[in-house]
Amino acid sequence: MATNNGHGRGNGGGELKSVGFKGDAAEGGKLKVVGKPFRKVDARSKCTGQTRFADDIVLPRMLYAKLLRSHEPHALIKSIDVSKAQAVPGVLAVITGKDLQIPYGILPVSQDEHPLCVDKVRFIGDPVAAVAAVDEDTAFEAMNLIEVEYERLQTITSIEEGVFVEEPRIHDYGDHGNVHKQVHLEFGDLEEGFREADLVREDVFFYEGNTHLPMEQHAAVAHFDADDKLTLWSSTQTPHYVHKALAKTLELKPAHVRVIATPNGGGFGGKSDPFNHEIVACKLSMLTRRPVKITLTREEVFYCHRGRHPVLMKIKTGVKKDGAITAMDFQSFLDGGAYGSYGVASTFYTGALQTVTYEVPRYRFRGLRAFTNKPPCGPKRGHGTPQPRFGLEVQLDKIADELKLDPAEMRLKHLVEPYTVTANYLRVGSMGLGKCIEKVVAGSDWKNKFRKLPYGKGVGIACSSYICGAGLPIYWNSMPHSGVQLGLDRGGGVRVQCGSTDIGQGSDSILAYIVAEILGIDPFDIRVLTADTDLTPVDLGSYSSRVTLMTGNAAVQAAERARELLSSAVAEKLSVPSENLSFAERRVFDVENPEVGVTFAEAVVLAEQKFGTVATVGSYVPPRAPGKFKGAGVGPSPAYSYSAAVAEVEVDAETGYVTVPRVWIGHDIGQSINPMLVMGQVEGGVYMGLGEALMEEMIYRANRNAVHKFPSLLEYKSPTTLEMCDVFTYLVEDADPNGPFGAKEVGQGPLLPVMPAVANAVFDAVGVRVDEVPITPEKVLAALRAKAQGKDPRFGPSDVPAVNWPDPLKVLTPAEGGDGKEMPRVAVHS
Amino acid sequence: MRQKAHITFTLNGEPAEVAFAPHKTLLEVLREDLALTGTKHGCELGECGTCAVLVDGRSILSCLMLGLDAEGRRVETVEGMATEQGLHPLQETFADTGAAQCGYCTPGFLLVAKELLAVNPEPTREEIKEALSGNLCRCTGYIKIYEAVELAAARMRGDTEAELPRESVYGYE
Repeated sequence: MATNNGHGRGNGGGELKSVGFKGDAAEGGKLKVVGKPFRKVDARSKCTGQTRFADDIVLPRMLYAKLLRSHEPHALIKSIDVSKAQAVPGVLAVITGKDLQIPYGILPVSQDEHPLCVDKVRFIGDPVAAVAAVDEDTAFEAMNLIEVEYERLQTITSIEEGVFVEEPRIHDYGDHGNVHKQVHLEFGDLEEGFREADLVREDVFFYEGNTHLPMEQHAAVAHFDADDKLTLWSSTQTPHYVHKALAKTLELKPAHVRVIATPNGGGFGGKSDPFNHEIVACKLSMLTRRPVKITLTREEVFYCHRGRHPVLMKIKTGVKKDGAITAMDFQSFLDGGAYGSYGVASTFYTGALQTVTYEVPRYRFRGLRAFTNKPPCGPKRGHGTPQPRFGLEVQLDKIADELKLDPAEMRLKHLVEPYTVTANYLRVGSMGLGKCIEKVVAGSDWKNKFRKLPYGKGVGIACSSYICGAGLPIYWNSMPHSGVQLGLDRGGGVRVQCGSTDIGQGSDSILAYIVAEILGIDPFDIRVLTADTDLTPVDLGSYSSRVTLMTGNAAVQAAERARELLSSAVAEKLSVPSENLSFAERRVFDVENPEVGVTFAEAVVLAEQKFGTVATVGSYVPPRAPGKFKGAGVGPSPAYSYSAAVAEVEVDAETGYVTVPRVWIGHDIGQSINPMLVMGQVEGGVYMGLGEALMEEMIYRANRNAVHKFPSLLEYKSPTTLEMCDVFTYLVEDADPNGPFGAKEVGQGPLLPVMPAVANAVFDAVGVRVDEVPITPEKVLAALRAKAQGKDPRFGPSDVPAVNWPDPLKVLTPAEGGDGKEMPRVAVHS
Repeated sequence: MRQKAHITFTLNGEPAEVAFAPHKTLLEVLREDLALTGTKHGCELGECGTCAVLVDGRSILSCLMLGLDAEGRRVETVEGMATEQGLHPLQETFADTGAAQCGYCTPGFLLVAKELLAVNPEPTREEIKEALSGNLCRCTGYIKIYEAVELAAARMRGDTEAELPRESVYGYE
């Protein structure tokens, strides 16, 4: 058993004690830092209470703010009386929607939010007024004295109501009625595909919504200072977009606004929108000229939401006898909640990545997002992909069962070829899914378990893929998605500046590892400065699993440029050709004559003498996507990660209770920048997927005005140590040419196969299908009861709403000779 | 105006005194009146374990204990775990193994784990799970936390060469 020298106890202060180097010598590997299990650069601060999260910030004369939130799900605001609140001693300011009239929203096409509701409220929890006071108790007392008169409107509580109730409209924009967005894309001749099929299956699935539940509640501190500059510290994953929203809604020059993302105490997508409380804190600071803090309660975090959309799906898939897919027709209906948020992108994502795992030669996608009077849905880990992936992988399990094929072998046989373009114009790069499947099949002893375990025990398999960053930015521009600046000082220190935000995934550390690798120094010598719109170049944010790939590539470029400067100066000094110089162990030396060299610090001095202050920049723009049709912007990525999972379950047929003792998961990471952090992301992804599979649900009291059923950490069930399964992880390293050192994502992908693997295992265990998550005991029992009564042995939705779809946007597939552009709107296949 | 309460107690091994509004919880007193922000809050309703501290060596949820009740007691927070000799072995292994991802739940886990190892220096995996079952973590899936506790326990028992198994760091072959 290899000992792990990578995370030894040196802190980098001594003679290269800091780890990584020690292990390398033994391994004789080429890479010194990348691929090694260093601890994170901020790990010790996090383990000593020194990391300062947003709510830990205290400024002199700081005020505290509270938001009054609506208790009506859908109502017109008739009047707001703040006089009693203003009269409370210690209250410095009270504001309402009238004070902040400019709308905002994360997507340019959905600028539908106000910091405080202006004329109507759209869900229970929508903020209508805000108070700033000398302390939290006073603010709370004053908040409760604000009187709001509402006029109730009909409440839209479900996908069906959103689809069919035209009036009242929750918003006065969108496709029609309460339908926010409808899309219809068709790639290739579906009918021909279904004609070629030996088996055509139609299945309907439902994926309940759930929420991120970061342990840290959102918090922000705003300070509008005496020089009229605004600074906001906030637990946000996207300081760049918050910066834009603040400048817009507060009518400030962007140059006078500074957003600093504090370390996020968990994000998972829940801190990716600009939020009303951030804008309100800023406004209150501008009015009072004092710092203002706002920290949400746990209940309020549930109302911020932006979590997983509930999605109803219908999938029609044609296959040959060997399981080869001939055509797929996918419909999804999303319950969007009360605002746009990322919803248009979420809608497209429910139809985008079906094609990148197994060959799908012809593909149609119809998606619809409805507004409802609930907290807005948005991007949660896997953004729009877990729902369709659940449906697709369970349907494939049914297909394999019907064709009497082993579901693992059937999948292996029809994998998408690496370095090809799919029917819907996604360019697949490296593709290690086959290896992932082989690893989990072998590791789980699949062949001896599948359909062979005693009643009540079962195994199931599922696969998935995820993007490594979105190919397009959220707002249209052709600038870099990520930028890095490096500064080298005479003492040998290196400063990395990047706009990226560490939400716990280790993005700060990734920057240090990559720069250390290229400059041959210790990652703990590097000062990482991130997520500050004044001091760091733009990185778009911690979402879409983009950070390692995009900031990593920008860091590679900046570090290589710095290396060139140093090489040139050292080559001159040592009279050695610069191509002979190597950078390692804090030295720059002649590879042919290693004792001839200088220390890294001396190299910086030489470069500074030769060139002046030594600083470089790097930036990253993703490659152009092959699709040119409207809607082609969602799905393209520089690379795709792949995962395969086998879940083993035990189902108690008496109670319907499902336990998952273990999961085997293979993940194609391309190249681990730090395998220990990759393992942590895989395990965390499996954990979150397990919660979604078995228990997590963001649900409301039926027909009772969309009151959240349990906005608390106790009753919103999430796995504790007692429910968490054992995880056996296999890292497949199929390097991708677009990734830094070949790296792909891991933050989101490994969550995706867990839910369908569990559902498929439940079928293997007790012979019933639960075509819905979470797979709760009552659903399992209902399916078992149906089976006992000779009915269809399943629990799940029976159909989707019959809606009028817009005419399809038709695109010939690459195999049909298509060029990625939309066909003229005439019948092309008749 | 409200009158402040005043208590004296032992905080991280040192005598301490503090005045605060009498309705405040120990969590609020620690964070707001003593500036020890290492103790975190996740719910302030006793549901998540994030605010755990040790009082007289036992883990308690500081959001459910009044500051007044700390009078004369011995309170330990994450800030008190490291000594002049360095980090506590648990802090070291949590940092080195990636058991702290976002780090927000970490102080609570560290203190509950410290309590466990004080009474059970060689806990089984099941005993660790049981002891930590009142603390929620959304990042790690708990596995790196178990491994960090096991590694710290081994080192505290004198096995200074203890390391993680290879598959915990690189995955299975």
